[in-house]
Amino acid sequence: MALGTDEIGRFAGFLKEHEAALVESWSHRVADGLRGRLSQTELNRQIEELFRALSEALDGGAGTVEDPNAAELRAVLSELSRSRARQGFTSTETAVSVFALKDALLAAMDARQADAGTLRDFIAFSALIDELGLFTFASYAAAREELIADQAEELLELATPVVKLWEGVVAVPLVGTLDSARAQVVMERLLDALVTTGSPYAIIDITGVPAVDTQVAQHLLKTVVAARLMGADCIISGIRPQIAQTIVALGIEFGDIATKASLADALRHVLRLSGVDTRRNGRKDG
Amino acid sequence: MNAEPQRLTVASDQDVVRVRQLVRTVAVAVKLSLVDQTKLVTAASELARNTLVYGGGGTVEVDRVDNGRRAGIRIAFVDSGPGIADVNLALTDGYTTGGGLGLGLSGARRLVDEFDIDTEPGRGTSITVTKWCR
Amino acid sequence: MERVPVLKIGDMLLVSIQVDMEDQTALNLQEDLADKIVATGCRGVIIDISALDIVDSFVGRMLATIAGISKVLDAETVVVGMRPAVAITLVELGLSLPGIRTALNVELGMALLARARFEAEGGGDAGEDDETVAAAS
Repeated sequence: MALGTDEIGRFAGFLKEHEAALVESWSHRVADGLRGRLSQTELNRQIEELFRALSEALDGGAGTVEDPNAAELRAVLSELSRSRARQGFTSTETAVSVFALKDALLAAMDARQADAGTLRDFIAFSALIDELGLFTFASYAAAREELIADQAEELLELATPVVKLWEGVVAVPLVGTLDSARAQVVMERLLDALVTTGSPYAIIDITGVPAVDTQVAQHLLKTVVAARLMGADCIISGIRPQIAQTIVALGIEFGDIATKASLADALRHVLRLSGVDTRRNGRKDG
Repeated sequence: MNAEPQRLTVASDQDVVRVRQLVRTVAVAVKLSLVDQTKLVTAASELARNTLVYGGGGTVEVDRVDNGRRAGIRIAFVDSGPGIADVNLALTDGYTTGGGLGLGLSGARRLVDEFDIDTEPGRGTSITVTKWCR
Repeated sequence: MERVPVLKIGDMLLVSIQVDMEDQTALNLQEDLADKIVATGCRGVIIDISALDIVDSFVGRMLATIAGISKVLDAETVVVGMRPAVAITLVELGLSLPGIRTALNVELGMALLARARFEAEGGGDAGEDDETVAAAS
């Protein structure tokens, strides 16, 4: 519900008249809610900035948060939500930072012995502040989602290192659940590593993968086939007994793809293929 | 807010190459990942060739789309050739009437996110594919 | 009409595809290679596709045909340098290029050809005789 032009004018006037008192009591109330987890200076700066942005928006005739003249105000609110989200405050604590202005307003009006008109104004002002609060809430949620997406991406990066085991042999030790998105990243990483290192052999070790279902197996198979198309051989290692049972039970066909129980077995297999002597007492003289 | 759709006529081998180049340019512009670019351009190549070989030529229209959450590319391949009598059969791996590998249509479908085919014998074929950014 | 150059290096033919080929260019390459294998008596063909950003079913079929033709002409074909994104796409497309040998790069491809020849000739001395014949022709 948008504020009328008169109400906007009165609101702006009221804010100007009581600026010092309002900012102080607003900051005070917010500080109570945040229980000292933000420095007083930082908080004062935020509140002053917010207050100034609100005043300017009202001066510009903005009666709702969506008004084009409230762009600056929206930016300040988003920034506030974003920083709160990143600092680990809850959504309630963040929204309360805005809603506290209502209490501050009420306190300032009480002091003037409110009449019916003032109360009507208060309700109208409150409606605008509610809008601001909801906007903060939405920005907070968006900021959190961004944060989660960023972290998920970082996790993908972290969780899939491709290591060089030997001249011409790279390996990916997979740890954790392999969903479609991760499988795709692993696949691309591994294939890129084959090209950049010129390694004709790759080992995918699934010791750290808790379960293999048809979809995971499908991704592994696709990776192996893609590597083959590029001219590299892929071996799957680290198949635990339970996983071997699931694979057979699900009827997953690994075809002629080499599978080994451990990474060590896989490496030995690969080295034998590439002609390196892997016997313990391998005679290298002669 | 979307840019104007770009349209190409497919009447020769060279036009198939042009379709590939246009699709790649647009795919890069909407920031598809490298693998998705490759998949889309490959699908476009298969379908543009179908338009030329089976449809006797036609048009390709490349359009940037946005569903509010993600950006993407939509490509429409339209010909007024003989059409396809049995779509399900044509979408089967290995089925071919043109001496190819029979992977064009079925393979292209696996390379895109959305695949719509509208065809009727004697009325031509129109295939629309969409690929979204991840 | 553009043609893809076929280079002779030692007793191998090297084809490096650098352009987005029209279908006709691919068909021409098929013919040129067959002619060149016969003319030079080369026993190995390396096709470098590292510059190709896509391989569709048409190019896939061309590669398979070249491999088949060279086999009949007693030469071995190795396709080298396929990009990861291309390989992933081919798997999704359902094209597994059966009967085609592949290697990561030209160097590994040459090693593969040398090994294949060594094995085909029983790992013995027979190879030298063949080479003398090829060189004399």
